[in-house]
Amino acid sequence: MADPGPVHPSVHVEGEVVATKRVGGYRHLTLTAPGVPERFRAGNFVAVSVAGHTARRALWVHRVRASSAFGPTLDVVVEARGSGTTWLAGQPVGARIAITGPLGRPFALPRDAVSCLLVGEGYAAAPLFPLAERLRERGCAVSLVVSAPDEARLLSALEARRSARSVTVLTADGSVGQRGTVADHVDDLVRRSDADVVYAAGPHTVLRSAAAAAERAGSWSQVALETPTPCGTGLCHGCPLPVVGEDGVERVVRACTEGPVVRGDRIRWDALGDDR
Amino acid sequence: MSGSLAGRLPGPVMVAAGCGGTGRELEPYAGPDGLSGLDLVTRSITLDARAGGPAPRVVEVPGGLVNAVGLPNPGLEHFLATELPWLVRAGARVYVSIAGSTMGEYADLARRLSRAPGVAGLEVNVGAPDEVGAGLFEVREPYHSASVIAAVRREFPSDRPVLAKLRPDVSRIVEGARSCHEAGATAVVVGNAVPAAFPDGRAGGLSGPAIAPVALRCVAQVHHALPDVPTIGCGGVHDLRSANAYLDAGASAVQVGTALLHDPTTVTRLRAALSPRPDAPPDPRPEETR
Repeated sequence: MADPGPVHPSVHVEGEVVATKRVGGYRHLTLTAPGVPERFRAGNFVAVSVAGHTARRALWVHRVRASSAFGPTLDVVVEARGSGTTWLAGQPVGARIAITGPLGRPFALPRDAVSCLLVGEGYAAAPLFPLAERLRERGCAVSLVVSAPDEARLLSALEARRSARSVTVLTADGSVGQRGTVADHVDDLVRRSDADVVYAAGPHTVLRSAAAAAERAGSWSQVALETPTPCGTGLCHGCPLPVVGEDGVERVVRACTEGPVVRGDRIRWDALGDDR
Repeated sequence: MSGSLAGRLPGPVMVAAGCGGTGRELEPYAGPDGLSGLDLVTRSITLDARAGGPAPRVVEVPGGLVNAVGLPNPGLEHFLATELPWLVRAGARVYVSIAGSTMGEYADLARRLSRAPGVAGLEVNVGAPDEVGAGLFEVREPYHSASVIAAVRREFPSDRPVLAKLRPDVSRIVEGARSCHEAGATAVVVGNAVPAAFPDGRAGGLSGPAIAPVALRCVAQVHHALPDVPTIGCGGVHDLRSANAYLDAGASAVQVGTALLHDPTTVTRLRAALSPRPDAPPDPRPEETR
């Protein structure tokens, strides 16, 4: 795997909501954030300050446009789960929002044009979409799997059909696509796509089953962890991630600075526990 | 007054312990001068490496955060070999926060840090919200913290400051500040997080805007009772107004902590606002993001 390359320093800027739409159970926001889209690499995230809240809200970047009528923009997908994300999802066009980004380590890209399986669940599948574009530019064969508990929480794979050789849709309740979870299908998907690299984004259970399937097939895996990050910038040490280092030594690192993308075989899943 | 030889006092704006990462993570937000000249207190360093506590370490509550991070740090050896030289090269004025499980550990830390190039001073963590849970030396009574300060002071050159970071306990703060100052603390930092509990009852500390009125009361009391003891205000500082409240109450400096987690440029903005350079160019950023 190629090193993600030099890390461009992130910036803290005032962005503006330039478009917003509801898609199923999620709100998609298009934001300007001077300097952030230009520095973005697939797998990076942004942290947003919410008025009246001390901790930040970390958001995956679903799409970056190098140019638009508003200049460079980025799209984020928000699921309104608490007061902060509800506030964010309710922001109208023209609202100004303090944004820090891009943050964290991005996905490492293969040096060669290999076969890649991308597996994502729910809104957290968002970072796989810009990744699919980058992989296609490198000539990789991309197989994309989007899954969700139900149709309302499924990210549309329509636009990704340009970047992906094949697209598989899974829903736990069978409301659209194949019925079942990532854990049910991932071994079969790895085999059918003949994946050299498995990329996964979603809840811990999805990442763990994707990483395990990759290991069984002798492939690499890279997973984008959804871990609560109180600051997102590495300052607070509040997002412990138990890993095994390259040196074989167990340690606890910060999910926001050492992650969010980590090699799947480096994570101590039992110590990490279920999604919080 | 003891400690009167202890050189220049930091301020007026400092980075509080435990909220500046390793220091590196602040650099992208530190403006054109970077960390140069920044008074930065490191996260607490212990003799041996600590992995830190289990998740969740930080939980948001109205007005702030409850936290029990568990003092994760690479241990003194690794800190001296990697993080300290980086900070010194970046030009930061480094105040190393130290924490120990015994008085001897505090003394060892002070002795070894006294020989490390580039350490501007020490901040002794004698006010953790749950020191027993964190495995630290218990400082129930002011004389406990005073004996720690005395042990540190003996090992650390008298021309460099030793700051005592105390618990913002309104009923004990004057006594604590007096004891620590008499034991050789150059200044007292008032204060650490307020002892609190997570929603599930686990012990932690409350920090952020919610504790500013409590810490401010403590600073005012210390300044009133001990006007000669330099006091550094810490707790909920996030803008010029909250910083000035401490300075007006008699603090000689303020520390910025939790606000950095909300906006990593806070220290940079406050430094600029409180020590204006006459030749400084206008800030091009929009008002709200500054």
